[in-house]
Amino acid sequence: MQNSIEVVAEDRDTYYMNMGPQHPSTHGVLRLKLHLEGETILSAEPFIGYGHRAHEKMAENRDYLQFLPNTSRVDYLSGMIYNLAYCQAVEKMMAIEVPERAEYIRIIAAELNRISSHLLWMGTFLLDLGGITPFLYGFDDREKILDILDSITGSRLTYCYGRFGGVTMDVDEIFVAKTAEFCEYFRGRLDDFQRLVIGNVIFQERTKGVGVFDPELIQHYALSGPCLRAMGFARDVRKDEPYGIYERFDFEVQLGQRGDCFDRSTVRMGEMQQSLDIIEQALKELPDGPIMAAKVPKRIRPPEGDHHFAVESARGRFQHYIVSDGSDIPVRHKLSTPSFVNISTMPQVMPGTMLADAVAILGSIDIVVPEIDR
Amino acid sequence: MVHNLTQILGNPLLALAAAIAAIMGYLTVNAMMLIWLERKFSARIQRRLGPTEHGPFGLLQSVADMGKLLSKELLTPDHVHKPLYLLAPVLVFSPVIALCSLFPISESWVFHDFNIALVLLLAISNVTIVGIFFAGWGSNNKYALLGAVRSVAQNISYEIPLILSVIPIVLMTRSLSLYQISAAQDVFPFILVQPLAALIFLIAATAETNRAPFDIPEAESELIAGFHTEYSGMRFALFFFAEYSNMVIVCALAAVLFLGGWHGPLLPGWLWFMIKVYGLIILMMWFRWTFPRLRFDQLMSFAWIVLVPLSILNLLLTIVVIKLI
Repeated sequence: MQNSIEVVAEDRDTYYMNMGPQHPSTHGVLRLKLHLEGETILSAEPFIGYGHRAHEKMAENRDYLQFLPNTSRVDYLSGMIYNLAYCQAVEKMMAIEVPERAEYIRIIAAELNRISSHLLWMGTFLLDLGGITPFLYGFDDREKILDILDSITGSRLTYCYGRFGGVTMDVDEIFVAKTAEFCEYFRGRLDDFQRLVIGNVIFQERTKGVGVFDPELIQHYALSGPCLRAMGFARDVRKDEPYGIYERFDFEVQLGQRGDCFDRSTVRMGEMQQSLDIIEQALKELPDGPIMAAKVPKRIRPPEGDHHFAVESARGRFQHYIVSDGSDIPVRHKLSTPSFVNISTMPQVMPGTMLADAVAILGSIDIVVPEIDR
Repeated sequence: MVHNLTQILGNPLLALAAAIAAIMGYLTVNAMMLIWLERKFSARIQRRLGPTEHGPFGLLQSVADMGKLLSKELLTPDHVHKPLYLLAPVLVFSPVIALCSLFPISESWVFHDFNIALVLLLAISNVTIVGIFFAGWGSNNKYALLGAVRSVAQNISYEIPLILSVIPIVLMTRSLSLYQISAAQDVFPFILVQPLAALIFLIAATAETNRAPFDIPEAESELIAGFHTEYSGMRFALFFFAEYSNMVIVCALAAVLFLGGWHGPLLPGWLWFMIKVYGLIILMMWFRWTFPRLRFDQLMSFAWIVLVPLSILNLLLTIVVIKLI
């Protein structure tokens, strides 16, 4: 694979430019070392680690329950999904049966969180392209989701809602009514976004054919999530290896064709629609009953061996890989995050594009820098 | 007007100084009010309130910001090329003062009626580009340099359709005087006979003032702050003021060329002129808060492939029609 365009005539001037770690569009502390000729990128090299917090090491120094609050800090934009994924991973290891009602609540909470994450992506992506207003629109609607989640979890961003065997707090009629109301309201808003953002001529000019992912990249980098689906590959952990009760829900995997920034955008817009469908189905079927499993062992001591659990986060396939020696502290806890994979492809995707495209590509793959660094 | 002032003050130099002071006072208040207006307007578009705390409707917010910028330390980074770095904000702001004196605000309110005002205006306004390039080059910063290079390329490219869209008006009125052009529109504004030229002029003028969607020299998501990345305090404020003052200049020019200057029913002439100018400014603000930014190469090809041929076509049509009539 081509790593960079190094065929530069000797008499032409090139230069290096550091984009970041303090830059408005690197979405946090990411540094891109760009080799430029004029405004054309010859090679791009991401430098990561500025937001490293040693989550994996922390997991090796505390028992399973103590690690629970860390999980939503890995990716603070879809913290609920990460938090519940850890609970589900531990439940799978310990063979804990989760009550029906808790499963449904988890689905609703996770999908609401997915919408809020995608909304923030839409805002920041458009901000990268120079459109400021969609950012405010996205945040306005995201605020409604945060209020709903706040009412059941008590926090707005870094949730710690899941417990091994269920969830902490039950939902009431007010939550159900507010969520149903939001779903109805948000369908109309999505149509607006589709028309005003995706339909905008300048937006299409800026995103179509920009940052095309080579299908070969999949083999080399194990791409996942909207970036993979935008290339036309129907891979979604919720469909392929359903966890929780996802197999009961009727939703479609959103697909693109070329794998450019525009396809990634339409895929995410479609996913918000699908998430609304899932939430509405779950609200309709929400059963009564307990929200915690009756018998959860006091001390979590998973059987010796390797354990693996994957979920579809807002950014792609997120995996827990836990090695246990039978004690209540894991030997190794690997968090495999999709943003890390996505940012790793940048040296292949960026060469040949322009500086403004680099910003657009970074925005379209929807990275969360602390998730890359962990 | 300078003539009248000379009669009142008794000395032509004193009159000139008074006129310059009046223009600078107007520009300062205008920029502050436009910043307030932009904040309020963008807030309404984005379902927010905008400034509300200081004064009625937050009107004093800009005054507070002004106080902050004035009291800030004038920081000069070590690595800059000092003469260029210090000269740039002055070069960007000062042409605006000269330009403001050219406009006929109403039938009787003209600073001085130059017979080549239009050429003078287009020439002086280009001094701003030199200032911007000095800022980018003198800052000795890659982001600033990229912003400056973009700015020069963009301004030179969009200058051509801008001038080509002005020439039909000159052909129609056979005058380069802004007063004469305004006076010629007493029956109907020229936008009715030159809609294409008006559209091209508006697009090119938005690009000339580096406003979104053509704000690539500043492009905060790509170049941090573009050519004024290294500036802070009052020096930054001069760039900021120049941007808003340039908006007034191009909108005033559009009002004179296409919207009939001071002509309008019922209201006094100067009020009509102001309504037209600030209406156009609000339109430009609307652009900014609606559209994303174009990419640099798309911007250039838009100028050369779409705007320049269209404006030449429009010019040819105008020549043919004038010849036939």
